[in-house]
Amino acid sequence: MHPAVQALFVIVIGVGGCVGYFYFSNLFLDKVLYPARGPHAGRNINRANMIRPWLFLMPALVALGLYLAYPVFATAWLSLKGKNGDFVGLANYSQMMSEAKFWESMRNNMLWLIVVPALSTAFGLLAAQLSDRIRWGSIAKSLIFMPMAISFVGASVIWKLIYDTRPEGQAQIGLLNALWLKFDGGIGSLLLLKVLPALFLLSLVAAFAYVGWLLLRPLVTTPRREGVWVMAARALGIALILFFVFELVTWLAGLAGPLPYGTPQTWLTLPYWNSYFLMIVLVWIQTGFAMVILSAALRGVPEDTVEAAIIDGANPFQIFFQIKVPQIMSTIVVVWTTITIVVLKVFDIVLAMTNGQWETQVLANYMYDKLFRSLDWGVGSASAMVIMLLVTPILVWNVYNARKEMR
Amino acid sequence: MDNIAGKKSGLVWAVHLSTLLLVALWVLPTFGLLVSSFRTGDQISSSGWWRSLMTQESQLPAIRLAGDEVQKDGAYVIEGQLFDGAGAEISRWGTSSKEPEAYGADETATLNDGVTLTVTAAGSFALKSAASMADMRMPRVFVTAATPPEFTTNNYSLVLFSPLAGQTIGQAFLNTLTVSIPATIIPILIAAFAAYALAWMEFPGRALLVAIVVGLLVVPLQLALIPLLQLHNMMGIGKSYLGIWMAHTGFGLPLAIYLLRNYMAGLPRDIIENARVDGATDFQIFVKIILPLSFPALASFAIFQFLWTWNDLLVALVFLGTGNDQQVLTGNLVNLMGSRGGDWEILSASAFISIAIPLVVFFAMQKYLVRGLLAGSVK
Repeated sequence: MHPAVQALFVIVIGVGGCVGYFYFSNLFLDKVLYPARGPHAGRNINRANMIRPWLFLMPALVALGLYLAYPVFATAWLSLKGKNGDFVGLANYSQMMSEAKFWESMRNNMLWLIVVPALSTAFGLLAAQLSDRIRWGSIAKSLIFMPMAISFVGASVIWKLIYDTRPEGQAQIGLLNALWLKFDGGIGSLLLLKVLPALFLLSLVAAFAYVGWLLLRPLVTTPRREGVWVMAARALGIALILFFVFELVTWLAGLAGPLPYGTPQTWLTLPYWNSYFLMIVLVWIQTGFAMVILSAALRGVPEDTVEAAIIDGANPFQIFFQIKVPQIMSTIVVVWTTITIVVLKVFDIVLAMTNGQWETQVLANYMYDKLFRSLDWGVGSASAMVIMLLVTPILVWNVYNARKEMR
Repeated sequence: MDNIAGKKSGLVWAVHLSTLLLVALWVLPTFGLLVSSFRTGDQISSSGWWRSLMTQESQLPAIRLAGDEVQKDGAYVIEGQLFDGAGAEISRWGTSSKEPEAYGADETATLNDGVTLTVTAAGSFALKSAASMADMRMPRVFVTAATPPEFTTNNYSLVLFSPLAGQTIGQAFLNTLTVSIPATIIPILIAAFAAYALAWMEFPGRALLVAIVVGLLVVPLQLALIPLLQLHNMMGIGKSYLGIWMAHTGFGLPLAIYLLRNYMAGLPRDIIENARVDGATDFQIFVKIILPLSFPALASFAIFQFLWTWNDLLVALVFLGTGNDQQVLTGNLVNLMGSRGGDWEILSASAFISIAIPLVVFFAMQKYLVRGLLAGSVK
């Protein structure tokens, strides 16, 4: 049987089976098991109503249990077993910890975890704020949103063309190298590649410092009037900003050195920077998501708060950073955590573009390597548990919020 | 909004310009690949896609002369065309790779043994010799020519119908469709019933179940790979379509239940209570009232699940085989990137075929996608 025919068959069987299951199980419950007639009619109706939710839930619960809950425990158990299926305790973990490739993945993952959500949220916020003010904004939004529909592998092909490198002397077909070769080290290069980026980085540092100050100020001026969680969030924000400032200052220092003008660069093999070139792909995909959510949140900001600020003489930047952003903070957190989860699972981009070579390995691809290339299920499961561990805080936070909302 | 205070903002142009820049940055990468997919391989490798509308001066790969020898005016002559590119104009040519631009068009070069070679601007050549050239090794010609812009759909027919990475893209396309359609439809129904129970039926443990679903929403599916593969092998499914349909169903359920429950919980209570009072059973309420009213949420989830199953690589790599009748588009594309990494005419066309359907779905159903995103993440 051809798979396509099989697919049709499965759709019919699956849908028919589901409908049949729900219909006949309900019928059975109402007519055979607890019929609503005879001497015990009332009692029977109550009993049937107690069982019915579980009839409705059953297929979903079985599927969830089998395909998501059970594997978590099975993987935890597998990570404690050796190659022959014997129990080895934490040996897999210690073996993993001793591998340089694992620490490389951890380091890269941390970088991804900070840079991708930050850039996607920032660009998303920018795009949302800009496109909400112009008439063709919805077209702009749809175009920025478009990469969301493109697979990570497709996006990798798209960006690999941009990073393409031809040997020196041949025509460059990658956009990045073609641009790069326009610079010859003259005054134009100095201006565009040194002075301008330096100014840009400096203004970024200044912006970070400003946001950092906004976060820090309440801690200094009005001590102990906030909850411990808010304080923790502020501290986390400040730590992130310190990281960015440190990173940016390193880049600034790097700008002072000589640049290899005139030679085409193989961008994906440049150590340290190549990770950023991979991250750009994910930022390109995720910005649309951030934009859509943040744009809705921005439109939800009450206009009277903005008007009051204008009357008080606030400039557009103050309105944006001190009136609008604080009011959509909870949405920003949601966007940030959602992208964080995507980043933790990122696999396709690294596999397709570098396959973890040239120091670009990340946890998910490391895990795939271990599981399906070295067939080392123990260490592979151990690294999967590390991913789970990294997700856990977000999981707890989500569940906590959902429960709060239910009440 | 900043204009409210009577201040016409001078920033309007800046806003337009920066939005334009942002949009250009986001569209350009895809556009570049789209343009490339309609160019010939030679053109792609000789110039960037942004120059595809210009006439290009480029050095073509070496061409070995060939043709039948005829006797003319007491000399042996071989005549022919270097290439059949209409409109191409040769500016320089040469006979050795060290000096590929030694001669101009219409000039005559003297090779060894008194053989002469003339190449015209239009690309015809004449090889002349006093003695027969039957035993001579034919010389190679290096040509620098200006070629007019040229677009072709050959790349698409090539990748669709000829197996390049052991499988045609056309076949991979069918396989992907086979994976994603059932994997989109089946979870919807299962999730809809569960969501109704979680939204509108009273029973102990309901809040706990909702919390569990929210928790499962973020469980990385990486953890599920090995245990489920073992499970499938044990059940005798192995690596097959049935396995991947079930896997996608399981992985898609938390989001489906979460989205649908949120939506259904927001439906007006009166309708449902009235129906109950009128004696409708839960099954009837669900089928006749809830399901039709929940169409927007169902559509949102269907789009998510379709895009996700179509674009997925990891689940397909693990739960499907790599045979001709099982490999999906993303897997094929990764293979192509490995084996034909430099052949951009093949890669770009294949990539475009793989992203065409999601893009169509995206632009046609964007409204529902946005709605689903908002329902799924804004709390």
